[in-house]
Amino acid sequence: MSEILYWQALNQALDAELAADDAVFTLGEDVGLYGGTYRVSEGLMAKYGEWRVRDTPISENSFTGLGVGAAMLGLRPVVEIMTINFALFAMDSLVNMAAKIPFMSGGQFPMPLTIRMPGGVARQLGAQHSQRLESMFMNVPGLRIAVPSTPQDAYWQLRQAIRSDDPVIVLEHELLYFSKGEVDTHASAPPLHQALIRRPGRDLTCISYSRMVPLALEAAQALHAEGVEMEVIDLRSLSPIDWATCVESVLRTHRCLIVEEDCRFAGVGAELAAELQERCFYQLDAPIQRVAGLDLPTPFNAKLEAASIPRQEDILKAARALLNLPQGES
Amino acid sequence: MDRSQMQGLLRDMLRARAFEEAAAQGYAEGKIAGFLHLYPGEEAVAVGVLHAAEPGDYVVSTYREHVHALVRGIPARQIMAELYGKKTGISGGMGGSMHLFDRERRFLGGYAIVGETFPIALGAGYAVAYRRLPEAVICFFGDGAVNQGTFHESLNMAALWKLPILFVCENNHYQIGTEIHRHSAIVDVYKRACAYGIPAEQVDGMEVLAVHAAAQRALERVRSGDGPQFLELTTYRFRGHSMADPGSYRPEAEVKAYEAADPIAAALHEFQLRYPGAADLAAAGNDCLQRFTDHCCQEGHLDETALARLQAEVQAEIEDARRFAEESPEPSMEEARAILARNHRLETVVEAQA
Repeated sequence: MSEILYWQALNQALDAELAADDAVFTLGEDVGLYGGTYRVSEGLMAKYGEWRVRDTPISENSFTGLGVGAAMLGLRPVVEIMTINFALFAMDSLVNMAAKIPFMSGGQFPMPLTIRMPGGVARQLGAQHSQRLESMFMNVPGLRIAVPSTPQDAYWQLRQAIRSDDPVIVLEHELLYFSKGEVDTHASAPPLHQALIRRPGRDLTCISYSRMVPLALEAAQALHAEGVEMEVIDLRSLSPIDWATCVESVLRTHRCLIVEEDCRFAGVGAELAAELQERCFYQLDAPIQRVAGLDLPTPFNAKLEAASIPRQEDILKAARALLNLPQGES
Repeated sequence: MDRSQMQGLLRDMLRARAFEEAAAQGYAEGKIAGFLHLYPGEEAVAVGVLHAAEPGDYVVSTYREHVHALVRGIPARQIMAELYGKKTGISGGMGGSMHLFDRERRFLGGYAIVGETFPIALGAGYAVAYRRLPEAVICFFGDGAVNQGTFHESLNMAALWKLPILFVCENNHYQIGTEIHRHSAIVDVYKRACAYGIPAEQVDGMEVLAVHAAAQRALERVRSGDGPQFLELTTYRFRGHSMADPGSYRPEAEVKAYEAADPIAAALHEFQLRYPGAADLAAAGNDCLQRFTDHCCQEGHLDETALARLQAEVQAEIEDARRFAEESPEPSMEEARAILARNHRLETVVEAQA
């Protein structure tokens, strides 16, 4: 077992699947000669050739649709869309084609298509390059969405996505590519859409995903110093959602805090809160709370940008409020 | 082209016309709902192109695809049942008129968002080239689709990587209600393919033999590795865009002019020229033509009796399809859910709680 970066884990996963199955190929802008904007496909074109690691023109809708058509013929395409912001061009291929063809064909065509793309607020990239559009894809039956937060999950979930016969979006995060963690390539993986309890706790449940998970864990550590034990659940998947793990935890702690980087209005947390109150209402000691991104295009200014998405102190404040604790300390 | 091929063309054109008229009837009776885009007038295109295709080729079509599916070999029963939304339909009642799919016959679907057939064909072509197989992908689209971004994106990539795709533009001159001079700066659609270095040809799409010959030439080039080819087939639909559209924006004189060039009438005429009557044959004497014609007559080829029989057979087939569709059961919600879950039936998505 070794410590590697998130992008390296994705690179190893892609390499392993290209080696294991001739039907696997990857395509996207700059994935070949350049090695990928975030280095995820580094070295793979030299190893597998241009038909299996294909540089494309800047034509997101058609090269994503190419993946759909190739998947219909039994290949297992891994389409890289440089960032989720450009996936808006590919919405027709993703929503009208990939998500619909297996169903509209009466189950005749599997869709072993993987879409990799990063989302999230990075550092001062401006409003067009700082979006979190995951809730748009959640509203599309037929698409599955994995959101790995650690190098280990990046490795496991990308491999599982490639092996799945459904279209799976692997939603990465621009600020996680250079995060470090241990990756065991031999360990058996939990199911692709299983949520995991990253830190157990008795006082409240924090549900989070992607880059908000490390933030929530830091907050849990700070709360521990105050005598508060916050359980942290990493969803790992936004569609489907592992409700059983969430419900079990909330029924135990009786309090739930959702931490999401996407915009609060009609975001991921809205779905979580709605479903969990239906299932847990009579066991809750307080209303479910959300700490979310502001309903605002991301400002360029560094301070405003940082204040537009959850920070550690936002999580601490919300947790104390849920427990009726004084806010004094930080 | 030999006689049986000629007869095959004629038979499929008659089947196509009869099928669509039966569908229109079903719609008028309220038995078929939703959008219904009919093909009468354009039969020479689908029949000419698909008779040049091999079983190993792939077909990608639009929302006006009943006839493509029928000529490709999907039984009329299963197409009609899909139009009726029945469980026995080719897409299990989940697709409908605009979404016919048949994995076995490599019919990659009807697509109802204009311009989607390009990237699907691109991916199919990529997969064929990836495996180095001598197969072709036939991509149908209308004149309205060539102003979508996917047209240009996909033609560029198809040419760049020399993918085995035959692009077939069914130019019926209307994008729903807007005539081509009002929607395109360049009305000769084939000229656009030249921008990507794709060999392109404009052919009279009302003439089935010309369509068939052009498709055959183009498919030969595709199969021999020359990269994508492009055909613009000028044609005309006799009806409105869909059953919800009376087509009243089109001048009557224009509709009449194209009806005069009805491809089925033209094909019948072709037979009449090729197979002279008994008096002509008697006048010609015992030459090679006479002998060949005698041979044809002995085989029972196309005289009025044979044609009447052919038409009766076609009517019976379509009537059978209609009855099958009407009598078939509806799919259930459980079946719909099972279809959605089918691709992960072997996968553990989330572990069950102990």
